[in-house]
Amino acid sequence: MCYAARVSTATPVLKTQAQRHSAVVRVTHWLTVIAFFALLVSGLEIVVSHPRFYWGETGNVNMRPLFTIPIPASRNTVPTGYGYMMPDQNGWSRYLHFQAAWVLVLTALVYGIWSLATGHLRRNLLPARGEWGWGAVWRVMSKYLRRARPEEEHSYNAAQRWAYLAVIFVLFPAVIWTGLALSPSFDSAFPWFVDVLGGRQSARTLHFFLTWLLVAFVLVHVTMVYLGGFRKRMRAMITGRGTPPREGL
Amino acid sequence: MKISRRKLITGGVAAAAGFAGLGVASQVARRYGLVPPDHCGFYGPGETLDYAAQRILTRHSLAREFSRGMISKTPFANYVAPMNDAFKRLQAGGFQDWRLTVDGMVARPGTFSLADLRAMPVRSQITEVACEEGWSYIAEWIGTPLSEVLREVGALPQARYVAYFSIDRDWWDSIDMADAWHPQTLLTLGMNDGDLPVGFGGPLRLRVPRQLGYKSVKYVTRLTVTDSMKRFGEGLGSAAPEGGYAWFAGI
Repeated sequence: MCYAARVSTATPVLKTQAQRHSAVVRVTHWLTVIAFFALLVSGLEIVVSHPRFYWGETGNVNMRPLFTIPIPASRNTVPTGYGYMMPDQNGWSRYLHFQAAWVLVLTALVYGIWSLATGHLRRNLLPARGEWGWGAVWRVMSKYLRRARPEEEHSYNAAQRWAYLAVIFVLFPAVIWTGLALSPSFDSAFPWFVDVLGGRQSARTLHFFLTWLLVAFVLVHVTMVYLGGFRKRMRAMITGRGTPPREGL
Repeated sequence: MKISRRKLITGGVAAAAGFAGLGVASQVARRYGLVPPDHCGFYGPGETLDYAAQRILTRHSLAREFSRGMISKTPFANYVAPMNDAFKRLQAGGFQDWRLTVDGMVARPGTFSLADLRAMPVRSQITEVACEEGWSYIAEWIGTPLSEVLREVGALPQARYVAYFSIDRDWWDSIDMADAWHPQTLLTLGMNDGDLPVGFGGPLRLRVPRQLGYKSVKYVTRLTVTDSMKRFGEGLGSAAPEGGYAWFAGI
């Protein structure tokens, strides 16, 4: 098993050694970065107008919250304990949030269809044969925990694959789902979309928590990029080249 | 980087096809009323996609209605602006003289008192008010469907929007005909088996339950049926975009 795993990770999967990330992966990656950052900033700004969270269908300042974020609000109708208000920025925040959501969803569609059509999903994201168990993930994690420098690989390792699969097929669909469930118009056509989440306020609270799970992923992801060699990894995701091009000395 | 002739030609053809496709798409969108009045500017593309997608998916769908047991015991009226003298005078008279004027592209412009509206077929529904800030409550709303009034005044077939105006002059909005003829769009007179309280928009609020709370303008005194929102305010469809908020509030 151990042997099989080693063989599969060592199998070169890309056409050329120099090509680390294809153009589609690079373009969709950076579009997702831009869209996610815009969604995060605008989403947090919208939270400022009502930094209270509830569970169930309804929730307002006359009802007991599930939890409250201890920040001043941008509305004087919300009791926060602070003597001042934040400026109201919900107008552009909402416009930006939905525009960025479209960029994210359309980018995800391109990436998803391309991944299926070209075998990127099968080759580079689904764990290789013999790497489906926890053992393969643990081998990578224990290497990280021993503070071994993440090496430049030809393809994603087992821990990366599981992390990317979780983000692409669980976290992003869930955050899009809970976000769409907050649209009263969308819910009129698909009421089960919000009902299965336990109601409108539950959907909002889940949307908030899912955001932090995605932020946690980004923090770990950027940390690993830094540990793996920031310039090298950034070059791979910008120019596509994995190994440094030999330049004349 | 070397670009082959074949790549250049296929790329050029693809780009031309893309632009032609966009042009056709925008023509079709205009034709079928999928372009919101605030479609210009940096956020125009997102706004147009929101509205077009919602209109394709939700033109006739009904907002969720709830059981009586789910009515909120503590609804929240939200901030109410200090009322102007005209409102205070009408309030002192028990809103006997409150009038709803209907004009624009209608066969028979008219004026309705609250009693006139009550005399028309009245409908009640238990729906949720959801504010763009994030909070919400459920209440029973009783009122005359806007569609009854539109039938009464004979809205012309070329009408595309109904604009509605509050006695508070800074607050006006508009909805497309899909929302205007929608059976749940109510000229609301009552709430939870009583008259609609002033805090919640009484005596007359236009409830648009498929959109967020700010679309449900309080203290409505005038409706104008029109085929274009260009002549109203800055031409963006309502007071909301003038304050930075989207015209379409279904999301």
